[in-house]
Order: sequence, then structure tokens, then C-alpha cells
Amino acid sequence: MAEITLKDIIKEENLVYKRSEIMTGKTLSYCPGCGHGTAHQIIAHTIQDMGIQEQTIGISPVGCSVLMYDFLDLDIQQAAHGRAPALATAIKRVMPEKFVFTYQGDGDLAAIGTAETIHACNRGENITIIFINNGIYGMTGGQMAPTTLEGMPTATCPYGRDTSIMGNPLKITELLALLPGTYYVTRQSVHTPRAVRQTKKAIRTAFENQKLNRGVSFVEIVSNCNSGWKLPPVKANEWMVENMFPFYPIGDMKVDGKIVNK
Amino acid sequence: MAKIRGAVVVDIEGCKGCGVCTVACPAKVLALAKEVNGKGYNYAYMQNPEACIGCESCAIVCPDGVITVYKVKVD
Repeated sequence: MAEITLKDIIKEENLVYKRSEIMTGKTLSYCPGCGHGTAHQIIAHTIQDMGIQEQTIGISPVGCSVLMYDFLDLDIQQAAHGRAPALATAIKRVMPEKFVFTYQGDGDLAAIGTAETIHACNRGENITIIFINNGIYGMTGGQMAPTTLEGMPTATCPYGRDTSIMGNPLKITELLALLPGTYYVTRQSVHTPRAVRQTKKAIRTAFENQKLNRGVSFVEIVSNCNSGWKLPPVKANEWMVENMFPFYPIGDMKVDGKIVNK
Repeated sequence: MAKIRGAVVVDIEGCKGCGVCTVACPAKVLALAKEVNGKGYNYAYMQNPEACIGCESCAIVCPDGVITVYKVKVD
């Protein structure tokens, strides 16, 4: 057997994975190791696999991912802070044949956009909401968000979140799962290959559900914020596993309109 | 027995050197280079190319999508 060299392996016919065609190829504006990038790749691959690039309309939020329209080669409308589900409602009602998704962070979805989120989910709009939860306001400099964990230091609570003054962290995904308008509610993450594969499956389900016209499909992705947490990327992922996952457990909360009992 | 050989190509200028791929790799193939790219990041490279099995783990966790994976079956 002749020794095989890298040149023999790196050929077009042996290709098994490359960046999705739906990514524009522009360098992402996110910090190194940010989960936003991984989430973008997953969404791009899902849309490519389903062949719905022409039929998809995305809503970008305010936050780090505000520039999503630069990175994904889709029709994207940017919404005012927190108003992405309201805008998605309008777009879906005018063009019911399109696949409409919003992509929001925790400051956007769980703080300023709570009303829009809850009412869109309660009305049971036939849209997909992708919620990136990193427990902090990343873009504005790491301030405390509603999802910040108890005792977690941020720029505006440098000694850690004191729940007696600042209130408790908000589990908005659990809250939304209780509403009759949601059809599929799940919480995933993107820090390991296994987690990425499961998230991809969840996002695929969330997009497929739009064909059924049964209600909101909500995918929360627990992610990291290396800059906000002041940790290197790999350490931030470890911190997330140790601290975020006990409070935000990974798994499905509602499948096919029925709450999953654990 | 057929053996699987893989290889990855890292877009060096696109890599931000976060190191998430080096942890995700089950065969310990990838490492961060001592040299830096044009942006000043220590980019990922194949330190141990013989061990690569083309499993895509590094590529799917890469936030910037700079890794391309090739795989071939060797008889």
C-alpha cells in the first residue's frame, strides 16, 4: 500500500464539509469563539439542506447579531429593538408561503421585547424564533440582562447579581412553553460537536413546523459571551457548562404542542 | 480493513484563533500555531495530520466556518 499524502486527500471528490453557500463569506463581526457564529452556520446549513433560500425571510434584531444581513445571503429585515416577533408576524401574515424566522439575543427578546415575544407566542403566529441566550448584554459592554445568573458579575453588577435587589433571572423559554400558541419549544447549545448536531436537528424541526401552520417554533440556544464574561473562548464554554446549564437545562420543553414531562 | 483518512484545510486569514476546534477534535489533530495571521490571531493548523479521521467535529463547531474537511477510504 502506497503511503497516502495530504495532497491525495484534499481533492474536490473527497470533500465532506465546507461552509454553507448561504454564508456570504464576509468575516463575521463576532468575537473569536462566539456562539453566534456557530448558530449562523447552523441556520445557513439548515436552509441550504431544505433548499428554501429563496423562500426564507429573516428578521435581525438589535444586538451583536444586528449585522446578520451582511453574513447570510437571505432576504433579511432589521427590526427595532425587541420588535422582531411583531415584524415577523406582519411578514408572515402578508406572505404566508414564506419561511419567516427571527434571530434574537437575550437583551432583545427577554428584556425590551418581552411584550412582543409573549404576545406573538400567545397568538400562535406561524413563525420560527431563534433565541441566543448568553446571560449578558454583549454588544453594549457586558451589562446585566434579565437572564444573568444569580451571583454572576457584569459591568452593571460587578459584585455579582444580587437577587434581593435586582430580581431573579428570567427563564423565558419555560414561560413560553406554557402558552397554548407555541408548538415546539426547545433549549440547545453550540459548544460541542454533539450539541451542534442536536441544535441543527432542532432548527430543522422548527423550520419544518412552519409547513404545518400550528404555531410558534421556539429554539433557545444557550451560548457564551467571552468578552462579556471576561474569559477565553474555551474557558467560557467550560464556565457555561458548569454554571449556565444547571439553571438553563438543555432539552425539549414542548414537542408537537405537548409539554414534555421530565 | 479499510481505513479512513481525513484532512482539514483552514482558511488561515479567516481564523480567529479561538481554539474551540482544538478541543472538539477527538483525535487531537488540531493545534494553534505559534505564528499569527494578518489579523494577529494564532490560527489553527494540523499538528498531527496522520491522525485525522475526517469526522467534521472541528468544522461544525467553528464559529467562523473557516474549516473545510476532506475524507477518503484507504484500502
